[in-house]
Amino acid sequence: MDREADVAEARIDQGESPFRANFALGENSSATPDAGAPQQIAVTAKDVSVFYGKKQALFSVNLNIERNRVTALIGPSGCGKSTFLRCINRMNDTIEGCRVTGEIKLDGTDIYGRGIDVVQLRARVGMVFQKPNPFPKSIYENVAYGPRIHGLAANGRELDDIVEQSLRRAGLFDEVSDRLNTPGTSLSGGQQQRLCIARAIAISPEVILMDEPCSALDPIATAKVEELIDELREHFTIAIVTHNMQQAARVSQYTAFFHLGNLVEFGPTEHIFTNPTEERTQDYITGRFG
Amino acid sequence: MTVHIVKSFDEELNRMTGEIAQMGGFVEEQIMASVNALVRRDSDKAQEVIAKDKRIDALEDEVEQMALRLLALRQPLAADLRLVTTAVKIAADLERMGDYAANVAKRALTLNKLDPVRPVNSVPRIAELVQGMVKDVLDAFVERDVEKALAVWRRDEDVDAYYNSLFRELLTYMMEDPHHITPCIHMLFIAKNLERIGDHATNIAEQVNFLVRGKPVEEARPKGDLTAYSTPES
Ligand SMILES: Nc1ncnc2c1ncn2[C@@H]1O[C@H](COP(=O)(O)OP(=O)(O)O)[C@@H](O)[C@H]1O
Ligand SMILES: [Mg+2]
Repeated sequence: MDREADVAEARIDQGESPFRANFALGENSSATPDAGAPQQIAVTAKDVSVFYGKKQALFSVNLNIERNRVTALIGPSGCGKSTFLRCINRMNDTIEGCRVTGEIKLDGTDIYGRGIDVVQLRARVGMVFQKPNPFPKSIYENVAYGPRIHGLAANGRELDDIVEQSLRRAGLFDEVSDRLNTPGTSLSGGQQQRLCIARAIAISPEVILMDEPCSALDPIATAKVEELIDELREHFTIAIVTHNMQQAARVSQYTAFFHLGNLVEFGPTEHIFTNPTEERTQDYITGRFG
Repeated sequence: MTVHIVKSFDEELNRMTGEIAQMGGFVEEQIMASVNALVRRDSDKAQEVIAKDKRIDALEDEVEQMALRLLALRQPLAADLRLVTTAVKIAADLERMGDYAANVAKRALTLNKLDPVRPVNSVPRIAELVQGMVKDVLDAFVERDVEKALAVWRRDEDVDAYYNSLFRELLTYMMEDPHHITPCIHMLFIAKNLERIGDHATNIAEQVNFLVRGKPVEEARPKGDLTAYSTPES
């Protein structure tokens, strides 16, 4: 395909670089209003409630997501896991009639505060969905798209580097290096999901939200994504919704159990899966009637 | 605790608990039978005890197989996971207890060939005590009763106290007459076997505590066997 054209587009975009120039979220501690907030916490949710019209879906959730750790969100369908995840990158804003109250801070900055650019927020907080959803474009273009619109590459070589590095981090590069110009949709399901992860990490987000990223994948593809998640946490903070208890146990360091819109229990994964404190957690993870 | 959505999972966990309880019953029987064989100088009975140890070994294998199957097929978590791991450990403790009872029976066979030693009342007394511990600790396991388990755990001190006094008693017999040494040494090992059964009962008590509470016992373990420091002069 026309990689030359991709490169040209990247060059055109480089002048503005809006992402770097006027990003509103505190990137260093000087921009952090909460100077006292511990650095290892990436996301702080305080008294977060969410309403869909009159129906309340989340009830005063308080949760800290630790940096460079994987936090798993578990709980029965409809308990509000996805709703909570969508609060972190303000995806709920796009839902008609959805109202979020409380406070969510990323690096100490209120993401619902005034002057927050939602597009830039979503560049800091990437998202991977249940069903792999590559753009109907080439593999290369799927990954290059984000860095290009955010002006992260000074030239075509840099963009190539970002694409390669992102594909490598997603554990996909060796499998696709000889066909970067074929459509992303031509890949297998597992490869498509890793392509979506490569696309998410290409813009160097700080947090990656994953909503049941493996539920459409076979066990081998799932294992590859799980391995990838473990590697990614060196550079990123990850929150993952999963229905698979064993997956939560395998990939996460912290687990949050939601039930009927409440955060019932939060703690180290090892603790939740060997000796949960709450009866409701125990009943859910051991497959009992609650 | 509420029941599992998948009923057969409950059935399997209950069956494993049942196997452990049955093992415990066999161990109790073996303890009493071995000591009766000793007291009554009944070599047939002693042989029977030695032969019956196989039943306990077989049950331990069964518990282990069930645990492996449960881990592989059910991926148990939380209290279920703790049940599977503690069941394996408890079965191992019970298997060792069975070995000790069989060893008591073997030594009874040897003692029956020697002249009777002066009756040593402490041996049946220790046997009764440890048998009671085995019974109560397995009740505690089945009932998930931590307090009952910890009561057993503390009772181990009594066993150690009896063992210590028996140890001293046997030392004096041996000093009295060198001909007593052989039977007394066997008697001493018999008492030591029973005392070890008590130790394994306290292990099980700790497992019950972990099963229910998910954390180790906080109290310091009672330590009563002081014979390691004893000399004939004491
Ligand atoms: N777009 C929406 N409009 C109205 N109600 C919604 C919407 N999304 C979710 N809900 C409701 O909010 C609750 C939580 O949903 P969700 O966050 O999707 O749960 P989970 O991800 O844990 O399955 C559910 O009762 C669901 O019906
Ligand atoms: Mg969901």
